[in-house]
Amino acid sequence: MAVLHTVNKSPFERNALESCLRLAKAGSSILLFEDGVVGAMQNTRFSERIAQAMHDFSFYVLGPDIKARGLGGDKIIDGIQVVDYNDFVDLTTAHDTVQSWL
Amino acid sequence: MKFGIVINEGPYTHQSSDSALQFVKAAIDKGHEIFRVFFYHDGVNNGTSLGVPPQDDRNLTKEWSELAGKHGLDLVVCVAAAQRRGILDEDEMGRHGKSASNLAPGFRISGLGQLIEAGIQSDRLVTFGD
Repeated sequence: MAVLHTVNKSPFERNALESCLRLAKAGSSILLFEDGVVGAMQNTRFSERIAQAMHDFSFYVLGPDIKARGLGGDKIIDGIQVVDYNDFVDLTTAHDTVQSWL
Repeated sequence: MKFGIVINEGPYTHQSSDSALQFVKAAIDKGHEIFRVFFYHDGVNNGTSLGVPPQDDRNLTKEWSELAGKHGLDLVVCVAAAQRRGILDEDEMGRHGKSASNLAPGFRISGLGQLIEAGIQSDRLVTFGD
């Protein structure tokens, strides 16, 4: 069963992203949005962990939330796909269920 | 597809109500149906009509009310969470002997059964919160 996991908190604030990476099944997708977009940034102590996790998961990040925080698109880890709200809706329908990590 | 939406956060905590609003608008634009939006925990604070945000600030209660009016959305506020936080409709005002009610247009107060039903009836249940 394909699951879309959503993470809306920075990994520097909560352990939601770490829990998600630990417990999500390989083949799942992970969408980072709100403060969760911080997890998509290069050169943090979580970047390597995310890069490794790309073998198991497809990563997405919500563009409007990156922009709202002034975090430039060129600082996003390679391989993470930038999406908008329309894509967010499509991701929920493309997967069987949505798990929100709060 | 039918969507159920859960909002667990008020308008002035983080960003959940904003995110949910954008998501719902995008889903409607794509022709999806919003079966229900359920406001739970501090999310019930989205339903007060007494908020007076500055004119250059967003007014999420108004935006939800307007969207509900335009698309016939079912905006349900959890009764137990609402009572604790002083969100009352006229029935609740009378029942508890309070002097005022403040539920915004387009919202209605009901119980957790409405969330369960949204989970059963919707193809996807998406939670926004803290």
